[in-house]
Amino acid sequence: MSQYKLDARHTLCPMPVIKTQNKIAELQPGDLLEVTCTDPGALNDIPAWCRINGHLVKETHDNDDEVIIVVQVAS
Amino acid sequence: MSTQTNSEQKRAVALISGGLDSLLAAKVMLDQGIHVEGINFYTGFCVEGHTHAIRKKDKAKPKRNNALWSAEQLGIKLHIIDIIDEYKDVLINPKHGYGANMNPCLDCKIFMISKAKQWMQENGFDFIITGEVIGQRPMSQRKDLLPVVVRESGADDLLVRPLCAKNLDATLPEREGWIDREKMKGFSGRNRKPQMSLAKEYGFEDYATPAGGCCFLTDKSYSDKLVDLWQARNKKEYELDDIMLLKVGRHLRPAPHFKLIVSREDGENKFLQGYKKRFGFIEIKSHNGPLTLIDGELSDEDLKLASRIAARFSQGREADIVTVKTTTKEGEEKLFDIPPMPSSEIKQEWYI
Repeated sequence: MSQYKLDARHTLCPMPVIKTQNKIAELQPGDLLEVTCTDPGALNDIPAWCRINGHLVKETHDNDDEVIIVVQVAS
Repeated sequence: MSTQTNSEQKRAVALISGGLDSLLAAKVMLDQGIHVEGINFYTGFCVEGHTHAIRKKDKAKPKRNNALWSAEQLGIKLHIIDIIDEYKDVLINPKHGYGANMNPCLDCKIFMISKAKQWMQENGFDFIITGEVIGQRPMSQRKDLLPVVVRESGADDLLVRPLCAKNLDATLPEREGWIDREKMKGFSGRNRKPQMSLAKEYGFEDYATPAGGCCFLTDKSYSDKLVDLWQARNKKEYELDDIMLLKVGRHLRPAPHFKLIVSREDGENKFLQGYKKRFGFIEIKSHNGPLTLIDGELSDEDLKLASRIAARFSQGREADIVTVKTTTKEGEEKLFDIPPMPSSEIKQEWYI
């Protein structure tokens, strides 16, 4: 299992979702991806995309200026 | 529900916009036992609640991507495809022209269905579904134009429109018995009641009903800003950041060679902060005030004029003097003590 980071700041949804989707396509099952966004909508959309596609949202953080979402790639 | 087994189950890719019609069209096919996956194309002009949610006052509104919401309701996968770069040619050179504003609806539909066909072939799917309804807005759904979409997209008879299929010639999936034409719908015209009734039958609630459609290009104010951008640059081209910024702030063009983008509140201020490396900008130092981006090359006199306008939108608008810092995109900083411009001097024609 490897850990990766994705900078999706200063982009508006759905770009953070598209970036997450495209990055996850390169990763292995079980890998962790930490996505940092400035669009608060990502806090809804990335988890929604993960639910649809079977990936697991391990953590979310909302610190006003940035939101962080940690996703574990589905096996 | 159909009894197709997995070995014979046909696979359809559904264009999911996030609106009611594409949701229903996909559901009609799911109910016939078809394996459906959604595809959603992002052009950069798609209307998303999040764009409005940049503004702090909108933060209490629920934020969701309606295409993702639709897919979740349907229990299907959704593939969101970035077509920003490819879409430029559709917008800049639309073969069939523009609608009421800068919306190239017919070319857009043809392009998206051609991309869906490409995706279908690359991913081993059998046919394409759209939520089109004959005679409904936008114009790409006019009766005489539906065949144009079929022909020019190259989808031919692999394009199924489940909501109005009974009004159209049978497609290959119908003729081959992959789907049952009798279970398709025969909707037509602008009356939304059949769709609302079907949504109720399926138990769909809280679906999206965007008043202005799903594309910023149908909006006059947005289209005016886009045309202004092209006129100022003397060429029809854009990058994603350009078209994002057209959605944010007050846009004023006090002179042909420069434009100001003045944030309207904290949320926009934060968003515009992300563009400080690409644009010159104005900050109000003596009072609370908006961040203002500068698009263009400005002389010192221009900077003073721009600063007076920016100060007008600050809490120092009634003060005799406001201290303003300007920073060029090369990083050169200047301080000005200037009187805010009275509102009577801000010309209406400066607003884009």
